[in-house]
Amino acid sequence: MKSKQHLKEKIIKNIFFLSSLSSILFLLGTSFILFKEGLPLFREIDLKTFLWGKSWYPTYNPPEFGLLPLLLGTLWTTLGALIIAVPLGVSAAIYISELATPKIKDYLKLAIEMLTGVPSVIYGFLGIVVLGPWLQNLLDLPIGLCALTASLLLALMAIPTITSLSEEALFSVSKEYKEASYALGATRWETIIKVTVPAASSGISTAVLLGMGRVIGETMTVLMVAGGAAVIPHSFLQPVRTITATIALEMGETVVGSVHYYALFAIACVLFIISLALNLSADYFLYKFRRTSR
Amino acid sequence: MNKRRFKEKLAYSFLITMISIIVLSICLMFYFIISRGIRVINWEFLTQMPRKAMTAGGIFPAILGTFYLTMGAICFALPLGVSAAIYLNEYAVQNRLVRIIRISINNLAGVPSVVFGLFGLAIFVKFLNFGVSILSGSLTLGILILPTIIRASEEALSAVPNSFREASLALGATKWQTIQKIVLPNSFSGILTGAILSIGRAAGETAPILFTAVTFYSMRLPKSIFSEVMTLPYHIYALMTEGTHPESQVPIAYGTALVLVFLVLGLNLIAVILRNQFRRSKKW
Amino acid sequence: MVDEILQSKNDLKMQIRNLNFYYGTHQVLKNINLNIKSNAITAIIGPSGCGKTTFIRTLNRMNDIILGIKIEGDILFDHKNIYDDDIDVVDIRRKIGMVFQRPNPFPKSIFENIAYGLKINNLTVNKGELRERVEIALRGAALWEEVKDRLNTSALDLSGGQQQRLCIARALAVQPKVILFDEPCSALDPIATAKIEELIQELKEKYTIVIVTHNMQQAARASDFTAFLMLGELVEFDITEKIFTNPSQKITEDYITGRFG
Repeated sequence: MKSKQHLKEKIIKNIFFLSSLSSILFLLGTSFILFKEGLPLFREIDLKTFLWGKSWYPTYNPPEFGLLPLLLGTLWTTLGALIIAVPLGVSAAIYISELATPKIKDYLKLAIEMLTGVPSVIYGFLGIVVLGPWLQNLLDLPIGLCALTASLLLALMAIPTITSLSEEALFSVSKEYKEASYALGATRWETIIKVTVPAASSGISTAVLLGMGRVIGETMTVLMVAGGAAVIPHSFLQPVRTITATIALEMGETVVGSVHYYALFAIACVLFIISLALNLSADYFLYKFRRTSR
Repeated sequence: MNKRRFKEKLAYSFLITMISIIVLSICLMFYFIISRGIRVINWEFLTQMPRKAMTAGGIFPAILGTFYLTMGAICFALPLGVSAAIYLNEYAVQNRLVRIIRISINNLAGVPSVVFGLFGLAIFVKFLNFGVSILSGSLTLGILILPTIIRASEEALSAVPNSFREASLALGATKWQTIQKIVLPNSFSGILTGAILSIGRAAGETAPILFTAVTFYSMRLPKSIFSEVMTLPYHIYALMTEGTHPESQVPIAYGTALVLVFLVLGLNLIAVILRNQFRRSKKW
Repeated sequence: MVDEILQSKNDLKMQIRNLNFYYGTHQVLKNINLNIKSNAITAIIGPSGCGKTTFIRTLNRMNDIILGIKIEGDILFDHKNIYDDDIDVVDIRRKIGMVFQRPNPFPKSIFENIAYGLKINNLTVNKGELRERVEIALRGAALWEEVKDRLNTSALDLSGGQQQRLCIARALAVQPKVILFDEPCSALDPIATAKIEELIQELKEKYTIVIVTHNMQQAARASDFTAFLMLGELVEFDITEKIFTNPSQKITEDYITGRFG
């Protein structure tokens, strides 16, 4: 009787244990697949030509697989998005956490939360039918679908992440710090900018890094609105092509086992490494923040 | 003193301007989708097959496809995710393996969704030979939402007070009996909230299913889990990028977008309401 | 004196032999030896942090669920070591019940709270017997008259004192031999406390009772034997009356007269 029950408990525990290993399995599995399918590219071209190659012409004869235009396209749109999203998102977080009345706070948080839920294809769609044409008229552009359009939409997608995590960080700053500052005769704004925000800075850094991670990995929006030209970008008003968009666009047309197929996995490896690095640094800042905020 | 006050006022106006820009953008987004989308939505639009090379007719197969894929994803990810959360919260001791598991969960949450698509293509479509199908797409989406489910479930489990567990164990309950009869029932609404949010997320994803599940145009409804499907988000993308008759396809895309937004935000809203209700009714 | 009374082995429900308890590298209990008499109330007193709660939780192996602990020595329950390998910890916890510092009813109905232990241990055969046993348990905890008309309402709607008596009833339902009380009144008002104390006196007829308390009057009023613990060591163990009137250790006297603690 006892041993039977004991055995049952043990089996159940092991089922749960194995389930918890699934995330390791999927993460390792993903990296294994990416490298297994990506590395054969370097039997055909050398690493330097890949990393420094200035053009991506997969269907030319001979084809060229230069990472640079795609990587710069990704970084360019991400940079643009962050320039817009960080001031907006952090300001919103400060307002929500420090100034808004409880009722307004609830509504704003709900609005931001709803923004998180909007699927990326919706942003892309609105970019094509509304924002693109509007920018084209406003700035008198030859084409409305360019890096700027993508950055604006990506910024809107990054704001919920940046705002809600920053707000959490600001909120968890100890009240005693703030009170000490008021007691020294500081105004509310001086307290916010000199005490609260610095105390929450590593939490805000986590927020920005995770927002950046979301933007870098974003596919549908940039695929639809960034313009799609795989050239090295020189201005925000130019069409660009990101790593994610290239994978999404070209994977459907390649033959499994072709050089092009390997090349797409190789650029996915690059993307994977970038987002892994971002997540690990976000983890680090979060760890630091939790330690200092105690 | 006056200068300081002025500076403060200026700063507040700046913050208010910034948040207004965000709120305005949100309002504009919804204005366009709702005002344009509502014009094409009617009963036929929701229940009919597309006609005339997608320039007329309804979006029923896309609605159905999204439903199948998300249900498949949740059937795969929910049991796995809740089990993992139970291990982490109820059994695990703080050791290196558990730290690695947690780091993996965090990083899995940050993997770009298109990369999951590649993984699904290589493993489910090719290696396991499921083909481009509901099954492959569901499994891929399931992996995508797994971290969300694990985190939400863990949060829900850890909100159950330890005194409940102690009381149960002190009455001679085994650990599993305690989890099954005390811990899980009391964390049910939290887990449900996480599951609903995950369904919303899976319903809106496009990139992971591009090479694993979708087809641009299907003449008939999917017959089995090995069939390709149309989905709402992919339908919007396809209408905008592969169509040749924008004048009749853009309105359909608006209608599809409204249905998708309504579905996803509706699920989010339910989850938020559920969460708030749960917090309010909780007495311990 | 206490040794003479506790001489007859048959009278002893539990015997603690050379008990050492470590939390990590920190030794919380140091070589404790103590006998617990059947159908009597043994009180454990001592300043906070002396290891009272840790001690009482070793008696039904509740500490097992905490990580990083080490236990040495024997705890005999009916002359069998409960830390032996062939002992089923789940069975031990059923036979040695526990009531905690704060009332911790499950967020279920009053009826379901009591029925929980009966159901998981498969102690009843049918619905009728279940109802009967729930009633017996509630009567045993002097709660039946107050709740008999609302057995299906949430246990969380009861007052603190009622909740604690519900927790006692819940423990009684699975028919333990020993009941451990870990400061059962620390979260209650004086009137509710008096009721619980009275109840504990009645329970002594059928059960062996160990109670941890920081309330000296409570120990003096309600117990037959008292053990005084300090810094993890058992300073003195004797008949309650002796401890409170003529302790053999100076430090015990200092503590019970309120000179520290």
